[in-house]
Amino acid sequence: MSLIVAILMVLGSFFAFVAALGVNRMPDFFMRMHAATKAGAFGAALMVLAAALHFGSLRAVITALCIIVFFYITTPVGAQTVGETAYRKGVKLWSRTGRDQLSEDERD
Amino acid sequence: MWFNELDSPIAVAFAISSVLLLAAICLAMRRIMKGPTAFDRVIALDLMGGICLCLIVLLAVFFEQLVLLEAAFGISLVSFLGTVAFSRYLGRKGQ
Repeated sequence: MSLIVAILMVLGSFFAFVAALGVNRMPDFFMRMHAATKAGAFGAALMVLAAALHFGSLRAVITALCIIVFFYITTPVGAQTVGETAYRKGVKLWSRTGRDQLSEDERD
Repeated sequence: MWFNELDSPIAVAFAISSVLLLAAICLAMRRIMKGPTAFDRVIALDLMGGICLCLIVLLAVFFEQLVLLEAAFGISLVSFLGTVAFSRYLGRKGQ
């Protein structure tokens, strides 16, 4: 059991590291936001799952499930608000982006 | 020596994970310092909240403190409020 907990913890921190790497390396604000939100939330969920398996009591499992559910509810809310505000304020897309569907929808 | 304490899988995972999370915090801090727009800084700050949640859970597992898991619960509830407040502030009209 402790081996599974160890593997889950290393995987979770690896995903958090990948999120930070994506925030540094992506060429565009919207891609950076995508990397931070998805990979960061997944890494945190893996870490909390490892903690739930490690403690094993009912209190720990319920707390861990609450953390995962609320983190997955609140992270997209923040990301969507920031993304919409940045788009309205005219943050540029990457120069090689294929199509900008939001501006096409608003022109119609 | 310090490496004599790496005798269980949890201890080895604690060492590897703390190094990875420290590197992640440094990378997010680099984006906060240099980000071209203010929105990049807000996103990197949000990511640092998530990384701090990971760190607190890591300490809870290694030191067998269940109470720290509830501190992580608090962070998961309130960490998005700063992001939403910053984006509302940056997006107000007449600027």
